[in-house]
This record gives sequence, C-alpha cells and structure tokens, in this order.
Amino acid sequence: MRTIEQSEQQPVVRVTPTMAEVPSETSSSVLETRDLAVYYGQFRAVREVNLIIRQSEITAFIGPSGCGKSTVLRCFNRMNDLIPGARVEGTVTYRGIDMYGKDADASEVRRRVGMVFQKPNPFPKSIWENVAYGPKSNGLRKKGELNDIVEKALRGAALWDEVKDRLKASGLSLSGGQQQRLCIARAIAVEPEVVLMDEPCSSLDPIATARIEELMQEIKQQYTILIVTHNMQQAARVSDRVAFFTTEVSQDGDRRTGIMVEFGRTAKIFSNPVDERTEQYVTGRFG
Amino acid sequence: MSSQTLIDPSDDVSMSLASNLAPTRRLRDGLFRVLLFASIGLALGALAVLLLRTWFDGKGAVNLKLLENQPSERPQRAGIQSGIWGSLWVTGFCSLLSLPLGVATAVYLEEFARKGRWYNHLIEVNIQNLAAVPSIVYGILGLAFIARGPLDWGPTVATAGLILALVVLPTVIIASREAIRAVPGSLRAGSMALGATRWQTVRKQVLPAAAPGIATGSILAVSRAIGETAPLLLLGGLTFLTKNPSGLDDRYTTVPLLAFNYATSPRAELREVAAAAIIVLMLVLLCLNGAAILIRNKFQRRW
Repeated sequence: MRTIEQSEQQPVVRVTPTMAEVPSETSSSVLETRDLAVYYGQFRAVREVNLIIRQSEITAFIGPSGCGKSTVLRCFNRMNDLIPGARVEGTVTYRGIDMYGKDADASEVRRRVGMVFQKPNPFPKSIWENVAYGPKSNGLRKKGELNDIVEKALRGAALWDEVKDRLKASGLSLSGGQQQRLCIARAIAVEPEVVLMDEPCSSLDPIATARIEELMQEIKQQYTILIVTHNMQQAARVSDRVAFFTTEVSQDGDRRTGIMVEFGRTAKIFSNPVDERTEQYVTGRFG
Repeated sequence: MSSQTLIDPSDDVSMSLASNLAPTRRLRDGLFRVLLFASIGLALGALAVLLLRTWFDGKGAVNLKLLENQPSERPQRAGIQSGIWGSLWVTGFCSLLSLPLGVATAVYLEEFARKGRWYNHLIEVNIQNLAAVPSIVYGILGLAFIARGPLDWGPTVATAGLILALVVLPTVIIASREAIRAVPGSLRAGSMALGATRWQTVRKQVLPAAAPGIATGSILAVSRAIGETAPLLLLGGLTFLTKNPSGLDDRYTTVPLLAFNYATSPRAELREVAAAAIIVLMLVLLCLNGAAILIRNKFQRRW
C-alpha cells in the first residue's frame, strides 16, 4: 500500500479509495487490479484503480462521463489493446495470473472474460451464426455440438422462445432489446467466467432494459458480471457492489484524470458513502 | 390557458426572412454558380461529341462478323477476334495478379499495420503517388526489366498482364482500403471480444462485409486495364495479328491496339472498323461499370 507521504509529492490531489472492507470478504476474487493506470498516448485517462471483483457478484461502475469507468472495464479483457497508443500500467490479475504478462494471450483472456457493448452489435449473419461464432472461432466444428451450444446460450439469454423458429434469420432483423440479448447469448456461448457490460441498456427502452436486468440476476450465479452504467437507479437495482469514479482536475487545471473514489457494497455506497463526492453524486447533486 | 405570445413584440426581433446579403455578394454567388455549371458542361459536352462522333462513324460496322473475323486489310473481312481473345488473356492474367495482391495489401495496411511507423507511412505515400503515375512509365519499366533485361519474358501475354497489374494495383489497393475502412469498428470489437484472433476477425467479419466495396473498386480498376494501350505498345503488343493467343508465353494483340491500328489506316472503311471496335470496347466497359454500380447498390449496407 502506498502511504500518504508518497502521494503528497504528486502534483495532483490524491484520493484514497475506500478499501477498508475489502480484505475481510470471504468469497473468492476473480479479478484484481493494483495501481492500475491507463494512458492514451500522453494522456492519462485514469489512475490508481484498486479493485477486487468477486465471483458471482455484479459489480457496477458508476460516475460522470469521462471518468474512465469504461476504460477500466476494457482493461479486464484487454480491449484497450485494440486502441493505438493505449497503454496500461499497474497490474490486472485474473485468478492471480497477470493478464498483461508475457505468456498471457489476449484471445485467451477474451475467451474467459466476455463483453457486451453499449450499442447492440450483432454480426450481419444469422442468429445461429452469431451465437456459434465464438465457439467456432475457438475451433469447434461439429454441427451437433454447436447446435446444443447455440440453444443453451439462447436459453441462457432468455431469447430462445422468441427466436427458436427463425434461427436462420439475420441477427439484425431483431429488435434492439433482442439484439442486445443476442449479444449476451453470443458472449456466454464461449462460457466465459466474467461478462463485462459497457452500458448495455443505454440504447434500450425501459421494458427491454428491465428484461436485461432480470437476465443479469438470472445468470449471475454462473457468471461474474461487471457493468458500467450512467443510470444510478440501475446500479442500485442490479449490483452487489459499486465502484464510484470521478474526474479530477489537476491544480494547473489543464489535465483531467479519472480516479476511483470509493468501492463498496451497493447499499453502503448509496446510503452511507464515506466520500463526500460519492454522496453528492448518488444524491444527484452533480454528474 | 390562453396562448402565450412566444416572441414578445416589444423585443427588437426582425421577422423579415428576406436576404440581407449585399448585392455584390449575391452577384458573386451567382457568377460562381454559372462558372461551375460551365465547367461541367464543357466536360460533358466534349465527351458527348466524342461518343456521338464514334457512334455515327462506327455503327455501320458493329455486327457479329466484327467479333468473329480476324484482323484483315480488306474492310469486308476485317474483325477483332484476336484482339478480344488477347484482351481476355491479358486482363485475366492482370486480375489474377493484382486482385489478391491488392486486397492483401489493403488488409495489411488497414488491419495489421501499426499506424505511425515510418515504413508504413512510406508505403502509404508511395501507393498514393503510384496511382498518379502515367501508365507509359510502367511500360518503360516493363520493357527494361520484364520484356527484356533480368526477366526477359519477351513481348508476351505474361509481360503485358504483369505490367497492367502494376498499373491497376494502386487503384485496387486504394478502393479496397476504402471498403475495409467503411466496415464499422463495432463488428471487429464484437469479434475480438469473443476471443477471435485478428486474422479470424478479418476473414470472417471484415472481408465479407467489405466484399461488395472491394468488388466494385476492383471492377473499375480492371476496366482501366482493358482500355490501356500505351504501355502495351511499348511492350511489343502487336497491332496486327490474325491468331488468338494460346498461352501466357504467346504473342498477343488487344482490342484497343487493333483500334489504334485500324484508326491509322488511310482507308476510310478501315477507320470505320476502328470506330466499331471502340464501340465494342465501350459497351464492355459500360457493362462492367454498370455491374459495379449494381453490386454497390445491392449489397451496400448502412450500419
């Protein structure tokens, strides 16, 4: 752990994330970050993120725009690798293994940590092909096995009954909410351990949103879920734990960096947060 | 509730929508528009004159016999069969070389090359420049290094196809890059997030999505190869040949080369055959361009 003295030498004001209750937990941790910072070229998007993500829990990242919550989320399946100039400092571990270590393969990381994006992005292929894509990419060829996987994943994503008669129809022919559930089915078809969701409901209507939230509760026993959301009510409804991020402006005023302010149980963050800024945000006074 | 006036009449808001441009500015605006119309009119007019002239000169000689007959000095028996077969051979070999190479280069530059590296930048600048190099320069290159010189392939179909491949390669690359760039990033992200490798993503998502665009660009590029004459003249393409090529190592003539030969003939009847050959060539190009437009419209997808 860093001490206060060290941090005071830095030109920007430091905030200590509230990690007090973290070590006492018993359920096993799947993902951990230590002093994580992400740079886009010279720009430091987010710094000093210390998180422990536990198995079969839903962890929500909340905070105002530009605070780096999506950036942090993308560190967990190395999607930031695809952005030229993006660089990760600190460590991210999956079950104790360094995700960015020399022998860690990005494809293997992404097989274990799936992702659902902000805008539903089904492939311009059939529903069946969409779901079978992941397993096929991993080398599975047998039609029968693939059929089983597709059915299981679509059932898992609560979409089977709606599409079972038209698996050959294009994934793009579905409604927005169905498309997003197709994307969830596609993600769980590779049987990942973790599913990252980057504002999965931001382009959906309230009914479709409710179905996704319901689905998250149903699958959280099997999959550890991380969700970025702009919607505080959603975070309060679905998550077990919340990490609150905000933007910090340096003293000279020309650098903005995302920081994690507070991380704890959802009930505590929303009813009795430690940090003043968390309280201001969750009570709607800024953001 | 009584309806409220949205604009308080006491506010000094001008309600007039009349233009408040000064008359000189309006005049300049109008003048510029006239100039633009004049330039497009000039270009289209010149093209129309050329097309009509060729059509009236050659329409009498456009018939099946023109396609069946071999070239001849006698107008009644003059045809372009060897040219058609030569064009097919040369353009076919050219496509076989340039399309895979061009698409592969485009895939590398768009999907794998690290932006900002000096060598990738160098490749990019050079491709842009090569697209603007006159084809005759490629002809000189081909004569020095391929027809003669180190490769010494002679004045054959292979030499012509290779050089035309070089001529159209930059166009194929640029068109393919555009098509690949138009594939939305969310498709790549979706594929990569499922653990697919970059190559799997390219093969299964990017290339199928970009295929219509690549096809359109490639057809337009190959059309250019069909019409090329200058480099072939330098490379020893024959302007008169009464035998179809039988292989890559054979000598050849093409439709534009035959048209060139007939057009320089002192006999008016043979000049008519030249015009007819040009009409045939233009019909082929029109069909190819039409196919390109059809493919574009049919498969164009908006994300």
